Amino acid sequence: MLTLHCPYCDVQTDETELTPGGEAHLTRHGPGSEDDAFHDYLFSRANPRGLHFERWRHTYGCGKWFLAARDTATLEVFGTYKAQTTEPPQHIRDAIRDRQTGRAARTAS
Amino acid sequence: MSTRLATGGRLIDRSKQQSFTFNGKRLTGHAGDTLASALLANDQVLVGRSFKYHRPRGIVASGAEEPNALMGLGEGHRFEPNQRATTTELFDGLTARSQNHWPSLETDIGSLNAALSSLLPAGFYYKTFMQPRAFWKHVYEPFIRKSAGLGQAPDAEARDPDTYEHFHAHVDTLVVGGGIAGLEAAKRAGETGARVLLVEQTAHWGGRAPVDGGEIEGHSTEAYVAMLLADLEVMENVTLRSRCMAAGVYDHGYALAYERLTDHAPRAKGPRHRLWRIRAGRIVTATGAIERPLPFAGNDLPGVMLASAVRDYVVNWAVSPGDRTVVVTNNDDAYRTALSLRKAGLAVPAILDARVLPKDSPLMAEARKMGIRILQGHAIDHVQGTRRVRGVAICSHAGEGGAVIEEIACEAVAMSGGWSPVVHLWSHCGGKLVWDQTRVMFRPDPDRPPTGDRGQPMVHAVGAANGALTLQEVLDDAARLEPGPKTRAAPQAGPQEEAPLAPVWMMPQGASIRHRMKAWLDYQNDVKVSDVQLAAREGFESVEHAKRYTTLGMATDQGKLSNINGLATLSGALGAEIPQVGTTTFRPPYTPISMGAIAGPARAETFQPVRETPIHGWLNANGAEWEPVGQWRRPYCIKRPGESTHEAVMREVTNTRQNLGLLDASTLGKIVVKGPDAGRFLDMLYTNMMSTLKPGRCRYGLMCNENGFLIDDGVVARIDDETFLCHTTTGGAEAIHAHMEDWLQCEWWDWLVYTANVTEQYGQIAVVGPKARKVLEAIGGMDVSAETLPFMGWTEGELGGIPVRLYRISFSGELSFEIAVKAGYARQLWDLLLTVGRQFDVMPYGTEALHILRAEKGFIMIGDETDGTVIPQDLGLDWAISKKKADYLGKRAQERPDMVREDRWKLVGLETLDGSVLPDGAYAVEEGENANGQRNVQGRVTSAYHSPTLGRGIAMGLVRHGPERIGEVIRFARTDGTTMIEARIVDPVFYDKDGEKQNV
Repeated sequence: MLTLHCPYCDVQTDETELTPGGEAHLTRHGPGSEDDAFHDYLFSRANPRGLHFERWRHTYGCGKWFLAARDTATLEVFGTYKAQTTEPPQHIRDAIRDRQTGRAARTAS
Repeated sequence: MSTRLATGGRLIDRSKQQSFTFNGKRLTGHAGDTLASALLANDQVLVGRSFKYHRPRGIVASGAEEPNALMGLGEGHRFEPNQRATTTELFDGLTARSQNHWPSLETDIGSLNAALSSLLPAGFYYKTFMQPRAFWKHVYEPFIRKSAGLGQAPDAEARDPDTYEHFHAHVDTLVVGGGIAGLEAAKRAGETGARVLLVEQTAHWGGRAPVDGGEIEGHSTEAYVAMLLADLEVMENVTLRSRCMAAGVYDHGYALAYERLTDHAPRAKGPRHRLWRIRAGRIVTATGAIERPLPFAGNDLPGVMLASAVRDYVVNWAVSPGDRTVVVTNNDDAYRTALSLRKAGLAVPAILDARVLPKDSPLMAEARKMGIRILQGHAIDHVQGTRRVRGVAICSHAGEGGAVIEEIACEAVAMSGGWSPVVHLWSHCGGKLVWDQTRVMFRPDPDRPPTGDRGQPMVHAVGAANGALTLQEVLDDAARLEPGPKTRAAPQAGPQEEAPLAPVWMMPQGASIRHRMKAWLDYQNDVKVSDVQLAAREGFESVEHAKRYTTLGMATDQGKLSNINGLATLSGALGAEIPQVGTTTFRPPYTPISMGAIAGPARAETFQPVRETPIHGWLNANGAEWEPVGQWRRPYCIKRPGESTHEAVMREVTNTRQNLGLLDASTLGKIVVKGPDAGRFLDMLYTNMMSTLKPGRCRYGLMCNENGFLIDDGVVARIDDETFLCHTTTGGAEAIHAHMEDWLQCEWWDWLVYTANVTEQYGQIAVVGPKARKVLEAIGGMDVSAETLPFMGWTEGELGGIPVRLYRISFSGELSFEIAVKAGYARQLWDLLLTVGRQFDVMPYGTEALHILRAEKGFIMIGDETDGTVIPQDLGLDWAISKKKADYLGKRAQERPDMVREDRWKLVGLETLDGSVLPDGAYAVEEGENANGQRNVQGRVTSAYHSPTLGRGIAMGLVRHGPERIGEVIRFARTDGTTMIEARIVDPVFYDKDGEKQNV
């Protein structure tokens, strides 16, 4: 059972307080979009072993949606951030890079 | 004979006798006994029958790994199957019965299976019961169901009278296991000031150390354990819990532990079990190791036990497994058992050691000094006896078996195949294992631990659980846990020199098939060496496949006893190295936990909160027949004395059509949507246009998801320029509110809109029927004339002094007002309507009448006419879909090829030719079969009722090309699948097609 930091409440939340919402940073396709592109938007989801960007809602808390960058295999959480963005903010990308470089360095040594 | 020794027994109190029954037989034991030790003390060697072959089985182990001694405990409401005798503490009045036999433990018909065992190899059921197909249902399945399963399920009417609870604990360090390693680890963690929780599954501290002996810092291990415990008990930041088994390790340091509070003292007050829900910064597993059996012919006969268990029974409970015990081993540790037996005055005719050592190890020399005969390079050819051990036939370990050198009479065999670290908790959340060739074991791989939320190692294994075998290794291992300059040096243990173990996966090593077919790997699931080899030959090469084909390590074993021997056998059969074959997956719980503990306090009224409207109390007192709608309870109907449910529903419908009905509509979802962009937002959420709605007016709207499917409907009222009140279905309020928030927060976050779910803030009462206006006029206070308040309008005011909001909307086709009041006024208004309504023949009605009223009018119901695959166009609701809007949720999806297919099933009314009611959900069949051999269908019933208004059955349904086939008769299958009902396709509006009744 995961723990994730709610960026609104600034508390470490338990998974039982949260509702998962699947892959983050999807681009909505509406009227006028091609059949294939719309099909992908509706149904095609990344299911990586490793880094994944996810939507979570603090349902039994503030009710806000937030996003998490998480490793699905090691369960490491690189960071969580507010949902009002179309791509991971710089500090999240930095955190991912730092952790992954750190791990590579540890493996090499 | 197994019996109680005259002296000794460190855990029993001979001054306290306790009586218990086993299969109805009265037996006695002592305080401190386990059920297993007490049974053995009473010479009850035979304790159960095996799962598949019904072979006689005895106690093998002394702890959680016991595969055979599973008992039904207790009586009546407290009966529980499959409880391990080895972990059941004896109490006065305990009742136990053995399992899996008929008619009795001694004479069992199912043991015929054993005679046929060569015909029942691995995968037998899969191979045999495939054909003919019809046999499966009527012959094979009933037979297998009868013979399968170990314990008996508790009676369906039984109600557990005990209570259970959950504890939430947040600690820095959770230490699992109260042996030397766990106590040392907890003390070191406690000294850093960390909050520590130490749990031990048994009632005793110290693990194996007090039985196995040795010295630490000049003290006996038993004395050292007492000292550690005393140190820990005074540490305020350390919590100690015995009888508390860590069942599982999950993500981010979450762990479950299962505390058995009163199993050993059933008359004590308080909860029986407690489930600890622990969030730990770090988890230390000091879970010890489990001894492996040796595979030799007849190793499942009652009297063959693990060497460590024999030692435990002698030292802890003063139980002799027999006057003469032959020890068979591939390692030095089993010599301790021989020494313990001799010290207790019992005979050890021989130690059979598969190894040939160049010189005696210290333990071997000690055994020799006590005059015990040691036969190196020897093995058990087979065990003699039918229902219990009478002796062993011995042979050379290097041979193929059959060449018996000597027969030795004995009552018990103590076997040891080496030790396997308990790696379950390490593995539950992704910890990997490494094969240790020297120690012949899988142990936790320190480079691949389970990781936590920051990628840090989350679980640390110490002591025997980490592969440490000697006291010194255990102490050194614990000292490494808290590294740093201030770390205390590891205490010093006395010398413990042991000769290395030699792997033995079959005894004798070249055993013939005749021997391998009698050599058990998994006692609980009746898996033999030959079965695993057969699985490999038949191509089940992956360890996970072989496990499922043979059932090795399944059920409560979870790899405790069988795992390593099984996969070593598999690797031998495949000609692969053990690490290449790998292990199966370890899954929680480590040992089974009670369903009661999982449920905790969540049972009966506390299982799920029930939501009640302000009018619930009145309805309950006046004959409401309740039905659950989400977490709400709604009245299906409000019965009068002597009335049947059907009669009540018919009366309610008729009275509403003719006079006046009242419905508690408080459960309807009510969501306020407010802000400068509220209209624009609702235009995206509803299929029709909401931004053009005028304040004071209402509009019915449809909501779809992005897949285009209809998810909710309801009336939207515009309160003012920036405020809308959206009504949702009863079950949909929370989900629709969440749906709104999702789109607002994650897609259109720059739109200025707030939403609030105010469902519970308002009570709502529908006043329905030809006399609806009259009752409101009689109450007085508001102008409710058609001119002032036309259909689909709303207004505010006071009715009889109660502030209300009045919506003129109708879900029945009648003249209808829905009155919303602050929840606190709802009951007052209800009572007022009943009182004043008496002169207008008022009657409350329930949800079934509501359904019939709406179905007579052809109004759809979410969840009846929709099922997550239906779009509004299927329901003839095109009029509620805006053609002007560039976009709304679901619009693009409704343009997908499958959604515009011309032969989609569409909504129609259905009238049976004989006036009967169609079965709900019945399919309209047509000729021929589809590719799967199923009857072709062309539609189905979505709602069906008896209409008292029309005096016949009416139905709505979805039918291919339905609206173009009005007048056609089609056939619906009854639930028997063969007989048919004929029904005519008609317009879905059965009553008052022009809406004259509601528009007055």
